[in-house]
Amino acid sequence: MISFAECSARERLALLLDAGSFHEWLPPVERVTSPHLAQLGVPSAFDDGVAIGRATLDGHTVFVAAQEGEFMGGGVGEVHGAKLVGLLQRALRDRPAAVLLLAESGGVRLHEANAGLIAVSEVMRALLDVRWAGIPAVVLIGGANGCFGGMGIVARCADFIVMSDMGRLAMSGPEVIEASHGVEEFDSRDRALVWRTTGGKHRWLTGDCDALVEDDVAAFRAAAIAAIGASKPLTLAALEAEHALLASRLHALPADNAGKDEATLLWSALGIVDAQRVPELGVDAVRAMRTIN
Amino acid sequence: MSDVPAGLETLNFSFSDGQPTGAFAPVLVGVVGSGNLEVMLEATASTDCVVRVETSARGFGSIWQAVMTDFHARHPLAGVRISINDMGATPAVVSLRLDQAVAEITGVQP
Repeated sequence: MISFAECSARERLALLLDAGSFHEWLPPVERVTSPHLAQLGVPSAFDDGVAIGRATLDGHTVFVAAQEGEFMGGGVGEVHGAKLVGLLQRALRDRPAAVLLLAESGGVRLHEANAGLIAVSEVMRALLDVRWAGIPAVVLIGGANGCFGGMGIVARCADFIVMSDMGRLAMSGPEVIEASHGVEEFDSRDRALVWRTTGGKHRWLTGDCDALVEDDVAAFRAAAIAAIGASKPLTLAALEAEHALLASRLHALPADNAGKDEATLLWSALGIVDAQRVPELGVDAVRAMRTIN
Repeated sequence: MSDVPAGLETLNFSFSDGQPTGAFAPVLVGVVGSGNLEVMLEATASTDCVVRVETSARGFGSIWQAVMTDFHARHPLAGVRISINDMGATPAVVSLRLDQAVAEITGVQP
């Protein structure tokens, strides 16, 4: 068993895809790097923190991108985002069996300001175009930096999300919530709280991810193979059903929740028995507890 | 005004008495993270081993010179371009990454 969380982006590509099948576009030797970071005194990376290319997965041709969380927290800068968009647009032309995104990102790389924000919005648009073309977009989340901000939104635009219990998925990250709403609202240093509210088990139980796996590269590979045919309809009806699900969740929490753990209350409200045991249970046990289809 | 971007320092080294490495696929090891660096090796037609370092830790040129001289003594390469993006790695980490990169060169007789 090899920890997905502990691998670099390139190690994940080497281990998750069919051996030796990854063909990279704009590889590091091309030196397509950030035009902004050096001006701020920040070193660039030769791949701007993301590797893109084609590969085979269980014999199927797939397009794949892997974000490197150790470089700028996986932040999406101008070039990083353009590489993702280019990959997705090429998928429209070449029609691979699926597009895989090994996401590990804090969201927009704030050093690149508007260029990063625009890049993320372009990624969202391109990803939805790929889905509209009937090509499944599959996001894999298991890196130590999680998947937050704009990339959290990108992930939820996809057809299928695979998470490990180590993985985290949300919009605002813990520090952002604490900075804007105070430590009484959210203590970002309370790791158990962070995982109860953003971690893979929580996302599985609330229906925000589609597969929950162990922190194991082989488990991610198996889930990715299973997801190749997972295209979901991109329709107004599907969007409205999603909104209805989110609206009902907003009202699921009991009004009298002062001093109680809200994640546990929500799981209970969703009909999960022994909700307070979720944090201590293993992935297999939690997988069996889901009440949402 | 220097043409070096504010905050970043660029260092160049060259060694001319190495053994030809021959052709090999480019190698990339490490990640540009805090206390870490990425090292890329590429084959060149030159008979030198040239090194270019971009680092966020300014003022350590003499230590880089010593680390690269030690590396060249361990691995006297020729016909190789070494490109480094550094985010404050210690000399020991730099040496380990360089050795890792050489170990990942394939198609070369030891």
